[in-house]
Amino acid sequence: MSILLPFRRRVQPAALDQAAGTSRMSTSEKFISIEGIARRYPAPGGKTTTIFENLWLPMRRGEFVCMIGHSGCGKTTVLNILAGLEAPSEGAVIVDGQALEGTSLDRAVIFQGHALLPWRSVLGNVAYAVSSRWRKAQKAEIEARAKKAIATVGLAGSEHKKPSELSGGMKQRVGIARALSIEPKILLMDEPFSALDALTRGTLQDEVRRICVETGQTVFMITHDVDEAIYLADRIVLMTNGPEAKVAEIVENPLPKDRDRTQLHHAPGYYALRNHLIDFLVTRSKTLRDAMPEGYDQRHPPVVRPALSEADAAAIAADAPARRA
Amino acid sequence: MTRSLNVRAGVLSLALLAAFLLVWQVAVSGTARTEAMDPEYAALMGATATTGKSAMPGPLDVGATVWKHLKDPFYDRGPNDKGLGIQLAYSIGRVALGYGLAVLVAIPVGFLIGMSPLMSRALDPYIQILKPVSPLAWMPLALYTIRDSGLSAIFVIFICSLWPMLINTVFGVSSTRKEWLNVARTLEVGPIRRAFTVILPAAAPTILTGMRISIGIAWLVIVAAEMLVGGTGIGYFVWNEWNNLSITNVITSILLIGLVGMVLDQLLARAQRLVTFPE
Repeated sequence: MSILLPFRRRVQPAALDQAAGTSRMSTSEKFISIEGIARRYPAPGGKTTTIFENLWLPMRRGEFVCMIGHSGCGKTTVLNILAGLEAPSEGAVIVDGQALEGTSLDRAVIFQGHALLPWRSVLGNVAYAVSSRWRKAQKAEIEARAKKAIATVGLAGSEHKKPSELSGGMKQRVGIARALSIEPKILLMDEPFSALDALTRGTLQDEVRRICVETGQTVFMITHDVDEAIYLADRIVLMTNGPEAKVAEIVENPLPKDRDRTQLHHAPGYYALRNHLIDFLVTRSKTLRDAMPEGYDQRHPPVVRPALSEADAAAIAADAPARRA
Repeated sequence: MTRSLNVRAGVLSLALLAAFLLVWQVAVSGTARTEAMDPEYAALMGATATTGKSAMPGPLDVGATVWKHLKDPFYDRGPNDKGLGIQLAYSIGRVALGYGLAVLVAIPVGFLIGMSPLMSRALDPYIQILKPVSPLAWMPLALYTIRDSGLSAIFVIFICSLWPMLINTVFGVSSTRKEWLNVARTLEVGPIRRAFTVILPAAAPTILTGMRISIGIAWLVIVAAEMLVGGTGIGYFVWNEWNNLSITNVITSILLIGLVGMVLDQLLARAQRLVTFPE
């Protein structure tokens, strides 16, 4: 394990700048670049409500990014803009060097409410996506691809069931299979597991993590669940409360890439990260909205690595002899 | 438990029928006071005046008539004496034509209106005004412009079947779940394919509900329309038999009209079950 020892949360403005400077992504690294997007809605009285404005966010290829924030901060709007389902009022999104315009089969969405077509079977739902992707493909090829995707999420044998015959977790698996079946460059997930019970959620998180690590999938995911973000994400984007939400900071996940969900809470850095995220959701998401720290630059949101907490230090101390042996 | 409920309901149904038939038979079998009259005059007057027998037939008379009609439904002895089967076939044919035309118009137009908020708002006042108009009010206009009574009846069926189907199609199409449409959008599904693979299946149960309401209304209206246009059809038959003062035949037709209406409704109910999807 390559443990990254003293991470400091940079609270000094000067340090903040430095942090931003050192971790600023180079242009070639950026796979997705959200550049100054805004979303405004007309409000009663001829006014406009600004959900967010001047939002900048870069993402690397193969990176798993989670966005966390309270309801109303525009998370879903950001995802819809990435999906092309909504257009930003201002700004643009650049994907792979191209300005994003409308929806694309390169970007698959896993919807919160699974959004399966209830009159189609499991196979029918996935095959619908496959046949949309490869319009001229033969029926046999479409079916083969669909079956492969269904098998990937562990639903082989349930191909001919209707969504109404499936449990919530299985339905969401079909949603994942449908998204994966079109081999997208980017996977967009809008709180995909929020409607599931804790056990099902855990297994599905494992599946998603396994699939994404295996395929090097670039993922943007919205979640309310701090532990889910810690387990899945490489980087966690924290949004302040809306309206006029901002990207408060981007937290780098210090946990090793080969994570074990059951051992996660023993990993060094886990508590510092978790406390940092919870602190943010409980207090800082509100205080930061009211007043951003000096030197805050919307174009380059600060990148943060939480410092180790005492619990983490203890965990390392307990772990160290074992590793030396 | 459900079985015993069914059995009990069946027994109760039969008991009610028996009671109704009994009361009916008793009510019509009594004789009223008669006046003495000249035998030649009496021969002209018929049983009601001479023996005091009720002009209302009893259930046995009706049963006999129904049996007679069922034995020979398709005889044709001139314009005023055709079998009930032929009369019903004329009515069903007119309903099928008018209703079929209404389906062909209502569903595509409903799709158009349902998918476009602009069209929906623009056409809404017309639909709202035309919907409550009794279909028979169109009859004179139809007779004047079409100049054919048979076609006018079909037109009346068309116009009365149109509105429920149109309104339900618009509603079904416009209330297609946004998430399903978003699935189609993220998969870059074209508008035609989207209409057939997402919107049509999603709206089908609502559309079928409209079709079921329409067939009910069409079957109600055909009787009245045929009474007006005359010539053939079950509605004409009812009116003709009223003019003949054959209450037995009128009651027989009422029973048959009800039966056919039920069959039409059940056919569409079955179709509706086929397209309904559980969620």
